[in-house]
Parts: sequence; structure tokens; C-alpha cells
Amino acid sequence: MQQLSTKHLLGIKGLTAEDIQLIFETADNFKDVINRPIKKVPSLRDITIANVFFENSTRTRLSFELAEKRLSADVINFSSSNSSVKKGETLIDTVNNILSMKVDMVVMRHSSPGAPHFLSQNIDANIVNAGDGTHEHPTQALLDSFSIREKLGDVAGKKVAIIGDVLHSRVALSNIFCLQKLGAEVMVCGPVTLLPKYISSLGVKVEYDVKKALQWCDVANVLRIQLERQQIKYFPSLREYSLYYGVDRKLLDQLDKEIVIMHPGPINRGVELNSNVADSEHSIILNQVENGVAIRMAVLYLLAGVK
Amino acid sequence: MQKRLVLDQKQIAITLDRFCHQLIENHDDFDNTVLLGLQPRGTLVLDKIVKRLKEISGVEVPSGYLDATFHRDDFRRRDIPLKANETKINFLIENKKVVLVDDVLFKGRSARAAMDAMIAFGRPQKVELMVLIDRKYTRDYPIKPDYCGRKVNTLESQYVSVEWASQGFAQDAIWITEKEVKS
Repeated sequence: MQQLSTKHLLGIKGLTAEDIQLIFETADNFKDVINRPIKKVPSLRDITIANVFFENSTRTRLSFELAEKRLSADVINFSSSNSSVKKGETLIDTVNNILSMKVDMVVMRHSSPGAPHFLSQNIDANIVNAGDGTHEHPTQALLDSFSIREKLGDVAGKKVAIIGDVLHSRVALSNIFCLQKLGAEVMVCGPVTLLPKYISSLGVKVEYDVKKALQWCDVANVLRIQLERQQIKYFPSLREYSLYYGVDRKLLDQLDKEIVIMHPGPINRGVELNSNVADSEHSIILNQVENGVAIRMAVLYLLAGVK
Repeated sequence: MQKRLVLDQKQIAITLDRFCHQLIENHDDFDNTVLLGLQPRGTLVLDKIVKRLKEISGVEVPSGYLDATFHRDDFRRRDIPLKANETKINFLIENKKVVLVDDVLFKGRSARAAMDAMIAFGRPQKVELMVLIDRKYTRDYPIKPDYCGRKVNTLESQYVSVEWASQGFAQDAIWITEKEVKS
């Protein structure tokens, strides 16, 4: 297979396992490119990409922008904080105005789940979802699985525990879809208040004891506590959360095997993940960041090639 | 389907031997020369050249595989994107003499893209092009080979197919075939 089955990357749910493999194989080549003395290729030189961010982002936005520039695309950046959205402009109007400037692709982050899906039904450009509310964050899931594949050789048959604030996490949902499509077993672990009520209907194991989860898994993907999305108290205090669900060296030393630690960032050090784990040899957190650029290059390249 | 034999196994072996001797003539002991096979099919020619050169002169010439997919000028102009292959170059080509190796030279667009891709690994002192088959009068770019196995006259409607025994064919052979017309 040489072409994606979709014109947009709205979520992992809409991708096939073959699509994901194609993205990985293309990302292998781009990872090679970004480790060369000259890190740029001219593939997208006739393409203009708009990064439309209605929600704050540092890592994802930088990663997308770098991927776009490495592919020689022209890039324009838009953030809602200093735009006409504040003056009451609608989403479609905003994006159509950007598209009138002859933009070919839109990378969008929005706080409302489904915003990129809505946009894809109303405009012609390719849409890449860079995170929509608590719904999906497909490129993060792709780079997570790509990093597991790189570290352990394959994703199929591996056991992956997603630990922490699953309720508010778009990374968790995209990861569950992606890992399952690639044949991994998935467990979610966290306080009962931070796990969605019907999460087991997705075919994942549910665990409330972090030690048992770590003992079960080959890879632990530790999520950030998203205080900004929590309107009510889901646990008594950060200190208590850290005591019961924080992953630290002592916990890892109690296991009878070595596991891989991942985190989508940004890390709340000392809350969900302790520094002596985040900076240890078990952690592949910085590999994830590097792989993020290669994965995003692959996604943009393949979507631009879909007719 | 009509097929016309251009080179058979024996002729290909003679051509590869000639290439090796020409390279030795021009590059002495290869102390500043590297060979790059163009993905996907030039790498097969390259491997044979490297092996034969070692047999003839005892020198293991540094070599690598170069993929130019991301540097092509026909991206988004094809029906489906080309799938990239591995680039395997474990050295810099800064100030080196580079010989690009491919099987068939047609429009010259792959060779142009390859030169573009190659620059990512440094500024070469000199670049040469080696091809088994040069399709005459078909070039889109002003590119011509420095080492050529056989020049052939072909029509746009024809393919040049290079078959290798190592790829499961009965023997090494190069054919001109008619493209199948879709009804």
C-alpha cells in the first residue's frame, strides 16, 4: 500500500492498521532525514500549511511547525488568543478566510471535540487534528506507538498500561485505538474518578492499583493530571494523588522486570512521574519528542499525496 | 506482449566488467571515491559492481544506497505517491568523487532528484553517472551518463525491464517490452 485511505487525519479511529503501518514506514525514512547534516527535503515546496491553534500548545505546535519546515512547506501560524475569534467570528468563517489565502492544509487544535470533523465536512483542504478537546490526538498516539515499535521491535503482543487522568485525556483515547489496531493489549489505571465509566467497553482492562498495572505491563504511558480541565475536585490533593498513583523509582525497583516509561508531556514532576524515573534509562520520553517530528512529517507528506 | 532482448546474461557480465575497469582507470585506488546506488533498482547494479571490483582489484570501495523519493519533482502530480526506500550512507561525501549508479536512464528526472538528495551528505568534488541502459532521445533534463552499458532507441510506449537472477528470474537479462494498453 502506498496511499492513505483518508484525505484527513481526524483521529486514529478513522485509520486502518495498513494506514498506520504506512505512516510508520514513511516516518522511518523521515527519521533518517532529520538525523542528516542537512535535515530538509523539498517534497512539500508547493504547499502552504496553516497551523490553527484555538488552544494553547508548545510541543505539538513546535513539532508540527518543524515538520512542515523540514518538508519545505510554507507555514502560517494562527492562535485564537490574538485573533478575530475574540471578536465573535465563527470557526468556518475564520478557516475560510485563511483558506482564501490559498492554503492547502490545516493543522488544527480546538477545545471542542469534533471540531476538525466538522471543519472537514465544510472545507476542501486536508485537515490534521492536533487535538480536539478530550476526544483524540492522533499524531501523539502515532508517535507513541512508533516509539514503542522502535524500542521493543513491535507493538503487536505488547502490554501497555495508560496510567493517570484518562478521563480528560485525548492522548489516552487515541492511544487505545492505535495500540489495539496494532495488536497490543491495553490497560487503563487511575483513581476511579479519573477513569471514564464505560471505558471497559473499548476492550481495555481496568485497574485501580498502580503497582499491579506496572507489574502487568511492558510499557507504562503515564499521563499528566489536567487540572485546567477539571472543574470539580476528582481527588483530595495532588500530594495524595502522587502518593497513590505517582510513578517513582521505588515502585519500579519492586517489579521483577524492566518496563519502558513514556509520557506525552508536559510532565508535572513529582506528581504523576518522579524525576528519578523521568530521567532514567527506562524513560523514552525524549525519543518520543524526536519521533514526533518524523511522524508528523510522514502524516503531512502522505496526506499531501492523497488526491 | 512483444519483448526484445537488449542484453543477455553474458553481455551484462561483460558490461559490468568493463564498468569496473573504467572505474579503476579513472579512480586509481579509490582513495577518494564513493559509489552510490540509486534506490530502488540501481542498488542491485551497485552491489554487483562493488563485488566485482573487489574480485578484480582487491579494493572494497565505500558504497551506499541513495533514495531520492522526497526530492522528486513529480510529487502530487502522480496518481499515488511513491513509497520511499532506505537511504544507507554511512559517510559524508564532502570533497569526494561520487559515482551514481542506476539501471536505466530515461527522462533524467531521477538522476536530477538523486543529485539533489545527495547534496544532503556534503559537497562532492565531482559527480559521475553510471547506467546499464541509456534510452536515447527521451531526456527531459540535460543529463548524460559517464559510463553507459548500451544506448537504445525506444518509444514512450515501451518499458526497459531489467531482470536479475538474484530477484527470481531465470537469468540476468534486459528487455524492451511494450506497455500494456488498458482497454
